[in-house]
Amino acid sequence: MTATHSDYRLSQLDQLEAESIHIFREVAAEFEKPVLMFSGGKDSIVMMRLAEKAFFPAKIPFPVLQVDTGYDFPEVLACRDNWVNRLGVRLVVASVEEAIANGIVVDDGKTSRNRLQIGTLLHALEEGGFTAAFGGGRRDEEKARAKERVYSHRDEFGQWDPKMQRPELWSLYNGRIHEGEHMRIFPISNWTELDIWDYIGREGIEIPSIYFSHQRRVFERDGMLLTESEFNPTRPGEEASERTVRFRTVGDLTLTGCVESTASTIDEIIAEVAVARVTERGATRGDDRFSEAAMEDRKKEGYF
Amino acid sequence: MSTTSSANTNQGIGMDLLRFATAGSVDDGKSTLIGRLLLDSKAIFEDQLEAVEATSQSKGHDYTDLSLLTDGLRSEREQGITIDVAYRYFATPNRKFIIADTPGHVQYTRNMVTGASTADLGLVLVDARQGLTEQSRRHAVLLSLLRVPHLVLAVNKMDLVDFSQEVYDRIHAEFTQFATKLNIPDLEVIPISALQGDNVVERSENMAWYSGPTLMHHLEHVHVASDRDLVDVRFPVQYVVRPKSDEHHDYRGYAGQVAGGVLKPGDEVVVLPSGMTSRIAGIDLFDKEISEAFPPMSVTIRLEDDVDVSRGDMIARVNNAPKPSQDIDAMVCWMTTTPLHPRQKLAIKHTTRSARVLVKDIQYRLDVNTLHRDQDTKELGLNEIGRVQLRTTMPLLCDPYSQNRTTGSFILIDEATGVTVGAGMINSGS
Repeated sequence: MTATHSDYRLSQLDQLEAESIHIFREVAAEFEKPVLMFSGGKDSIVMMRLAEKAFFPAKIPFPVLQVDTGYDFPEVLACRDNWVNRLGVRLVVASVEEAIANGIVVDDGKTSRNRLQIGTLLHALEEGGFTAAFGGGRRDEEKARAKERVYSHRDEFGQWDPKMQRPELWSLYNGRIHEGEHMRIFPISNWTELDIWDYIGREGIEIPSIYFSHQRRVFERDGMLLTESEFNPTRPGEEASERTVRFRTVGDLTLTGCVESTASTIDEIIAEVAVARVTERGATRGDDRFSEAAMEDRKKEGYF
Repeated sequence: MSTTSSANTNQGIGMDLLRFATAGSVDDGKSTLIGRLLLDSKAIFEDQLEAVEATSQSKGHDYTDLSLLTDGLRSEREQGITIDVAYRYFATPNRKFIIADTPGHVQYTRNMVTGASTADLGLVLVDARQGLTEQSRRHAVLLSLLRVPHLVLAVNKMDLVDFSQEVYDRIHAEFTQFATKLNIPDLEVIPISALQGDNVVERSENMAWYSGPTLMHHLEHVHVASDRDLVDVRFPVQYVVRPKSDEHHDYRGYAGQVAGGVLKPGDEVVVLPSGMTSRIAGIDLFDKEISEAFPPMSVTIRLEDDVDVSRGDMIARVNNAPKPSQDIDAMVCWMTTTPLHPRQKLAIKHTTRSARVLVKDIQYRLDVNTLHRDQDTKELGLNEIGRVQLRTTMPLLCDPYSQNRTTGSFILIDEATGVTVGAGMINSGS
């Protein structure tokens, strides 16, 4: 960060940062009980960094909520703990396993953990009485997200109605909600995947090690490379082998594919992303591939 | 594992940003143009392109329908139109672009206003065969009303008029004539073919008579840094930072995003509406003290004196401060089906300040096609724009919208439903 700008120009990354910080402060000022949804992925880590900056030298004035699918990468959980400890924020964990045990969601053996997260998350938001939940969604991720507002209104059932969204003008955000409703807040709406990496590189912040190239036993399924794991037994014909890989997104390990890569530094990742020919979700997220409108459907139900 | 930050040579770090709004009707080829900008700047990925190619084929097209790249929600894909503002992203080596893609039909004025509210540049498309339509005039009027400083008129489908200079000249002249009635500081008229790519990224070989920039060249080079007000200091206080920790026991900072002017430590400032004066003790950007802050930076300001400052207040200069006003004269765009009428009470959000307002009078309704002012109007319907007098429950610290798009704008909120129902641009306050 340059301290002086003789020509009063702000780089696009600084402009994005300023916009996001503005959103964090606006929410902290206007909502009774905000919470930051932390997945451990790079986007939510950038959110943590922005929240840290927004309130410094005070602590982040809201807790962090993580939905534990039970199938999370241990490297991701370790990184989460480092962040939470360093910033001294309260961590709320909503466990899919517990939600299944308590009958909040039903594991029929066919529904992915990612989908079961929806019910678990909505329950945790309601239970905690949270009125605003920060999410790391970006508009460049997917077509259904391109029209998402920064403040995205959810009804008493946590649902998103694309036709009932409020117009959002200038930097004037409307945070009015009724009892039982909540607002999803997307402070990094205008960031692209490349911006996220540029920022992580510039800030020198910790992200889960699985984003970097490493050796891993993987097998191929539906054109994706999945991690060998007790949660994800190989099917006939699938054979695991050790490869040099890294992850482009972080989620339920039974569904999140990795790509073969030797990129072991942020700069190498940036170089790789800059020439990538397939979207991060298209490449490595089983949950988005089921239908062209998959994301739109999950969003309506109350997904992140 | 923690990442190491090397001396960053990545282009993304130093790039600047252009936000632009596109407007055009269903048939002007807007989606095709955006698809082309994304494709030619490599913002489209293989899986997205494959999906679009498959859909194009299943619809029986013999070409790849680039408009499918941007038509996002299922209901829109079914109707083949765009119903809401969609944001798109692409970058060239020196600039990142955020497109607010707004639908063009008559009933969607509110989307156009929304998209234009944050835009540095407006891009209006016309079909070369049709020339200027009522709709393209309306788009220009709205962009002017929203004080979008740069406007590009893209004369599209030049391939269908044999790349005729005469057609271009006629549309150019007609639009320039019309634009004299508007506030358009910077206008560029570019002949293109979005479908074939002429003058979009590559210079057209079919229009040797045209010596101006290609669309992409213009978008990459148009100068926007000077559009911000660097003279009149405006700092709406958003949040008071009080750590109350042992380490920062006495820290008290006022966080916000600079809306105008340049602030420096040592500056004498006034806090509104109280009128108390103090000096800036320091400006913090995260863990660093900086020597100056300017728009649109988000910073935290510390003052030398222990004055009472809270959210909704504004820090300005002693001899250059907005006048606290409770009577507001503004242009309002109405965005909901139940009309706006005099005596109505609403909530208002202006900078970081929230209050209630009473609608005193609707002076006229502006016909955005003809610029005619209908003074007999009793109300404003959905997608209508009019000049309105408001009385607020507490003073707003405002400027004319023509001077500052941040301190001159507000939204109106229905108190019962909580929905944003109007957008306002302040003419004056008293």
